[in-house]
Amino acid sequence: MSNRVLIGTRKGTFIAEKSNGRWTARLAGHEGVGVNFVARDPNTGTLWAALGHGHWGPKLSRSTDDGATWQDAAKVTLPEGAKHLVPPFPGETAEGEEPAAAKLEDATVQKLWVMAFGQPGRIYIGTIPGALFVSDDGGESFELNRGLWDHESRGGNLFEGKGTGFTHWFGTPASEGGNFAPGIHSILIDPRDHDHVYIAISTAGVLETRDGGKTWRPRNKGMLMDYLPDPAAEWGHDPHAIELCAADPDHIWQQNHCGVFYTSNGGEQWKKVSKPEQGVHFGFPVVADEQDGRTAWLVPGKADSQRTTVDGSLFVARTEDGGETWKELREGLPQEGAYDVVYRHAFANTGDHLAFGSTTGNLYLSEDRGDSWQTVSNNLPPIYSVRWG
Amino acid sequence: MARVELTRHLYLYFPQLEGQELVVDAVTVADVVRELDALAPGIGGYICDERGRLRMHVNIFVGEERVADRDGLSDAVAPDARVYVLQALSGG
Repeated sequence: MSNRVLIGTRKGTFIAEKSNGRWTARLAGHEGVGVNFVARDPNTGTLWAALGHGHWGPKLSRSTDDGATWQDAAKVTLPEGAKHLVPPFPGETAEGEEPAAAKLEDATVQKLWVMAFGQPGRIYIGTIPGALFVSDDGGESFELNRGLWDHESRGGNLFEGKGTGFTHWFGTPASEGGNFAPGIHSILIDPRDHDHVYIAISTAGVLETRDGGKTWRPRNKGMLMDYLPDPAAEWGHDPHAIELCAADPDHIWQQNHCGVFYTSNGGEQWKKVSKPEQGVHFGFPVVADEQDGRTAWLVPGKADSQRTTVDGSLFVARTEDGGETWKELREGLPQEGAYDVVYRHAFANTGDHLAFGSTTGNLYLSEDRGDSWQTVSNNLPPIYSVRWG
Repeated sequence: MARVELTRHLYLYFPQLEGQELVVDAVTVADVVRELDALAPGIGGYICDERGRLRMHVNIFVGEERVADRDGLSDAVAPDARVYVLQALSGG
């Protein structure tokens, strides 16, 4: 279990630590730079930061001295010839008009969005547009996963032609390059089998590989949408985040645009477990307990056009029975005039400790599984990511 | 030989260039970026994306003229030109 929180913000990397019984956060690098994700490789202790420079593009940064100094790391770029089908921005299609066909365009990495660490030496990066990069040399170099990039659901192999000309993947406005493109924000590695990996994409859905990334298949059965004519369509889902239980990895939780979903059989069948009457429906992050697959935490928001807290009151919701019931955890969190929005990577746990950060720059922490919360800071920049490490 | 001036912001990431007179052998703006990257490996990826296109929020001027070809940087650079690599004014 770790006693340190790594925080990626709109204006730099911060680290929160406990000293003399009190948690405090301090700047630890990248001052002034957007930091989409910060995490520690448990195999090496190296800290990694996914930067989104306002002017200079996405850059990977690493520190081998616990955040004292940072260096630009390997380039994460799409190879020559990488193309993608870019769907039209929704606003470009007038009401009643058929959407324009997706355009075949050269693809470049717009945003480094998430990282995950597998067996020693293996590092994954998920990006916008939806590319999965894999390193097998501890992050010295990264290679595009072609099994996913060339997946039939997004038009097939576009390196060598026009593919099918059709993509089932939509876009997310979370990109930093202006394009409306889908992005990979969740990468889950099965602790029992490192060749077994799940990814989640806004806006496409969940995919799984069991052969180390050579082939991928959708895992969206039971998922429901409220923005497509067929709510149970295979593609077009908008998972906001997925997390699995480390000790019981067939239990996976999903906070989706259209509700909270849970599977106890490795994604073969999802079940909607929202409780709208308790405000448990819309949100971005989800945290799964490390030991008990039926326990998870959310930070609910008001769905979905407002995207604020529910009635100006911030709470964490916890289930211990696979989403049958939810408990609202409010002790120590502001209950009036609070409009914190918590992004998908900005909530994490280790053991009984939880921490989350908001776009309002508030960092909250619990040492008792969410029963009570303390405020670590009210003055950080907008928070993009929170990880223990 | 063209003389290059960089926005101060880039010295944060490439301090080895600060205080140097940057003189490069270039016929086009693409050559300028390539030469800069030889002087300070990695700087090309700050100015351009992986297809060699000028990043959205970066501008290059040759003399007082903003480059026209943002995708290929084929704009000509005269032997005595001054080339400016600047942050674009992209908002308020």
